[in-house]
Amino acid sequence: MNTLLPDGAVAAPVMGWRSALRPYRAELLAELRRAWRTPAFVLPSLLFPVLFYLLFGVLLGRGHAPVHLLATYCVFGAMAPALFGFGVQLALDREGGLLTLKRALPLPPAAPLLARLAMAVLFAVVVAALLIGAACAFGGVRLQVTQVLQLLAVAAFAAVPLGAIGLLIGSHVGGSAAPAVVNLVYLPLALLSGLWLPLSMLPKMFSTLAPLWPTWHLAQLALPVLGQPAHGSPPTHVLVLLAVTLVALLLARRRLRRVG
Amino acid sequence: MDPNVPSLARLQQVQVRYRDHTALQGVDLQVRAGQVLALLGRNGAGKSTAISVLLGLRRADAGHVELLGGDPQQRRHRVGLGVMLQSTSLPPMLQVDELVAQASACYPDPRPLPQVLELAGLRELARRRYGQLSGGQQRRVQFAIAICGRPRVLFLDEPTTGLDIQARQSMWQSIRQLVDEGCGVLLTTHYLEEAEALAQQVVVLEQGRVLADAPLAKLRLADRPRRIRCRSGLDATALLQWPGVQQVQRQGEYLQLMASPAEPVVARLLAADAQLQELEVQGAGLADAFLDLTREAA
Repeated sequence: MNTLLPDGAVAAPVMGWRSALRPYRAELLAELRRAWRTPAFVLPSLLFPVLFYLLFGVLLGRGHAPVHLLATYCVFGAMAPALFGFGVQLALDREGGLLTLKRALPLPPAAPLLARLAMAVLFAVVVAALLIGAACAFGGVRLQVTQVLQLLAVAAFAAVPLGAIGLLIGSHVGGSAAPAVVNLVYLPLALLSGLWLPLSMLPKMFSTLAPLWPTWHLAQLALPVLGQPAHGSPPTHVLVLLAVTLVALLLARRRLRRVG
Repeated sequence: MDPNVPSLARLQQVQVRYRDHTALQGVDLQVRAGQVLALLGRNGAGKSTAISVLLGLRRADAGHVELLGGDPQQRRHRVGLGVMLQSTSLPPMLQVDELVAQASACYPDPRPLPQVLELAGLRELARRRYGQLSGGQQRRVQFAIAICGRPRVLFLDEPTTGLDIQARQSMWQSIRQLVDEGCGVLLTTHYLEEAEALAQQVVVLEQGRVLADAPLAKLRLADRPRRIRCRSGLDATALLQWPGVQQVQRQGEYLQLMASPAEPVVARLLAADAQLQELEVQGAGLADAFLDLTREAA
């Protein structure tokens, strides 16, 4: 029967779909391989937050600390992969000419960005899962399945605004300066947003300034999941974070258009 | 050049201004199917800017830019191009075959991977990581990425820089094969012998303007003096009086003359000195033509 019809007549729309997705899949595969073959980036990104959590949350933590810090460390864990993955890597790709090549090739402009975002999300979720495992095993934290899923969702969402901020940094600074600038953003932001230690343990001014930092808003999404007190309402935080994402993306795009 | 051959990429009166200077001032050029166009010029002459505009990486401030019948900034027009930029650091931890497959995914009907690797001379290196390759091998990977999508128009920005002679020859061979299949090529190079070996058309840029746009043969042979060299005892100062002789140098037993036209001078030399040996006549190369052109402009 099939021989009466030209093959292409039926297959064309399906092929169109598949071939449209091919560059996206190829970029993602390349990003996965890049990460897999760079253990010096992967292992610290995954293990650093867990070790920190075990130190501050479990060993030194009192009272609610293991629960409270589990929420904030899920946000902290999303920071390094998103900021470094987007910021430093973009700066290097830009300097090395890889970004120019990708812009010249008939590659959908969103493909490399989505691939990198997928990686940042993946990292954030894996770190959060490790943290949850550590909290349950060593911190005596008990969680319901819905809480675990919600926490993973917040971690995954955290990669979006953080990735956009990374993109903004990577589009403005060179490859050699990028790690320094990212660290300059990464470490203070974690502290000022109360990710390492609860803000209640820090001077009052820290709490007053906290709403300025996107990571603080992310923490306010994670804390209620574990029944911890939080400021503001989740929809407001999500809106603020989406606004930060949008502004960072627009600024990064403007910059990349000009300097390439 | 036959005006019926379709134009694949074209700049018409294109101007590009940077903040502090004008990179292109009314440039016209045209890449045609089945033809290599060599874009020559000194550093800073505007070659890379011209390529950026044709690739859609930068907008022209004035003039018309066309790639495969449309605006190069639109992806659907870029589907028919292949590109090798001057310097590109690809991820060092990815393998050669992975990098080529990744680029192939951008194209609707890519060339099969083994064929690409063969054309780029990478068959034995397919499973090697990019970071482990030599500079010349990395350049070949970039060439493979440029040709993997069966491009109708190919942009090669100094493609053979860093290649040894053998690798350069085999890349030329592959480029010729693509051109035979109907591909149009825009080539920039600092090796004029490369332009001489590959190009049919030559455009010379200088300070953002087109100094010359001509078929290679015309540019090279246009009444330029030829170099005559021989072993002879004839008196150099006397030779300088001969018609057509422009320059005479004695180097030990050897005489070197620049003459135009060269043929009568050769005949007279042979007649004047029966002992004359090791006669060589060399036509002016593209290098001489290029130097003359850019010197005139300066």
